[in-house]
Amino acid sequence: MATLEINDLHVSVDAEGGPTEILRGVDLTVKQGETHAIMGPNGSGKSTLAYSLAGHPKYTVTGGTVTLDGEDVLAMSVDERARAGVFLAMQYPVEVPGVSVSNFLRTSATAVRGEAPKLRTWVKEVKEAMARLEMDPAFAERNVNEGFSGGEKKRHEILQLELLRPKVAILDETDSGLDIDALRIVSEGVNRVRESGQVGTLLITHYTRILRYIKPDHVHVFAAGRVVESGGAELADKLEAEGYEQYTKGGGAS
Amino acid sequence: MADAQSIPAGASAGGSVAVAAESTVATRMSAPPSFDVADFPVPHGREEEWRFTPLERLRGLHDGTAVADGSLKADLTLPAGVTATTVGRDDPRIGRAGKPVDRVAAQAFSSFEKATVVTVPAEAVLADPVRLVLHGEGGATFGHTIIEIGAFAEAVIVVDHTGDAVRSANVEFQIGDGAKVTFVSVQDWADTAVHCSQHSVSVGRDATFKSVVVTFGGDLVRIHPHIEFAGPGGEAELYGLYFTDNGQHHEHRLLVDHNQPNCRSNVAYKGALQGRDAHAVWIGDVLIRAAATGTDTYELNRNLVLTDGARVDSVPNLEIETGEIVGAGHASATGRFEDEQLFYLMARGIPADEARRLVVRGFFAELVQQIGVPDVEERLVAKLQAELEASIA
Repeated sequence: MATLEINDLHVSVDAEGGPTEILRGVDLTVKQGETHAIMGPNGSGKSTLAYSLAGHPKYTVTGGTVTLDGEDVLAMSVDERARAGVFLAMQYPVEVPGVSVSNFLRTSATAVRGEAPKLRTWVKEVKEAMARLEMDPAFAERNVNEGFSGGEKKRHEILQLELLRPKVAILDETDSGLDIDALRIVSEGVNRVRESGQVGTLLITHYTRILRYIKPDHVHVFAAGRVVESGGAELADKLEAEGYEQYTKGGGAS
Repeated sequence: MADAQSIPAGASAGGSVAVAAESTVATRMSAPPSFDVADFPVPHGREEEWRFTPLERLRGLHDGTAVADGSLKADLTLPAGVTATTVGRDDPRIGRAGKPVDRVAAQAFSSFEKATVVTVPAEAVLADPVRLVLHGEGGATFGHTIIEIGAFAEAVIVVDHTGDAVRSANVEFQIGDGAKVTFVSVQDWADTAVHCSQHSVSVGRDATFKSVVVTFGGDLVRIHPHIEFAGPGGEAELYGLYFTDNGQHHEHRLLVDHNQPNCRSNVAYKGALQGRDAHAVWIGDVLIRAAATGTDTYELNRNLVLTDGARVDSVPNLEIETGEIVGAGHASATGRFEDEQLFYLMARGIPADEARRLVVRGFFAELVQQIGVPDVEERLVAKLQAELEASIA
């Protein structure tokens, strides 16, 4: 069973006044089939955690370990992590001018699966996945993220999640900026992937709204660069009622 | 892509729009256009038209020391109905489409012995392109070619440059009324070649001229498309694509002279640069003269810098002498291959080299689609692929 283990992870970024520590000892274990919601106020380091796990060069790991089924994730390049089964649905996906969605998806699936998917089954697979996410087939011919609305970008991210079938899916504020219809469609996509039981999900969010559609097994409160409280789904209800204030008082230190 | 931070050190991407009583494009040249090389002083490098060009690499084309000691193999394929003749310097057709605008072009004009005239008769609609393959066999050569297109004819002309050469040549297009011409010039020279060429184009009334300039090879390539309109209603589409490697100097200088009313022009040049001392220069001069009411023009230059050490000078320049126009604009941007694009693609399992190839191909895709000559498009994609394999891997 696939397990992502994060142990005492410390991460810093280069700021004007020198390196600034953002993650200050994160401990977290995500097993296949589980869904963990990470909730926290702005600036608590939630997105840093997401990007550090994917290997973004802006972030420097200064301590701790991350393993996927015992393999050292931190030693892998960005593409190796993706091929090992780590997927990051990005909050702000970037435009790639001149590269069509269909070309991008196929190149990506070829890389992750280790061989080019058979054209006939692939076309059907993409078409069906797009239909489930209520995406127009013409979408496949557009350039990656170019001129996409906020909702289209997020659907495109979840489309990739469905097609690439990772072991660990990190969803970085996938709910932000979505209207209620788009939130439902995107959440249903995530739930289809979860129901396969093959993926461990790390759902990073600022709001409890998405948790009405995607029920987490575990909820973690993130503040000042680490997990400060963990519980079940009921912890989200408490946050909904009380907000993050109790965690941010005193400069965010727990 | 256009933010200041993404512009590599040493690059300039200035631009200007001037409302001028008298053209500064004309006055800032060191001499007025002329057929006689003696009318141009030997450049020292600080002149406006020479300030980006490494004169010491011109192999004497600029100072009279290059002598015609080389050879160039020409292989001309003519579709039915098209004729080609070799004529002497006194042929009345020579020079009709315009005078040389700088010393190197004038040197070519003063030095060629025989000119080639390719004639597409009026109303001929060619099924196949006219193809000219010029293969340099070393040494210096000077050339003059005239492409004469009759009224309402439709033709595609593809010129390929390969091999090693020191070459200065003028190409004239005399385009009849209502004709449609596509001109593809591929500079696929060996790494040692030096090539300067002025394309002088006279676009007839309601005629369309499309040029696709593709530069991959050579040590120094300097191409100067120079467009004028012989009557109202003409259209010029000027596309360019260059891939500038380590140590190469690729310079494209365009002048679109809107001297007639109701003409359109659209310029789009894109380049990728890679390696130390790769240098690309793009000068886009568009002149809208007082008589050219109803002009519609746009020019664009984009550069993608793949590695440190490459340098781009991109200078769009628009001069407008009348306000009675449909539109006039320009854009220039030089950007680095974006780290965020690389991260996004790699985060989907795509290895770095392949991600870079994907982005570069994407960058050129919209231009390649504009060519409209399928076999040239295919060759270009293949060439681009080979260039990327060779330089990125």
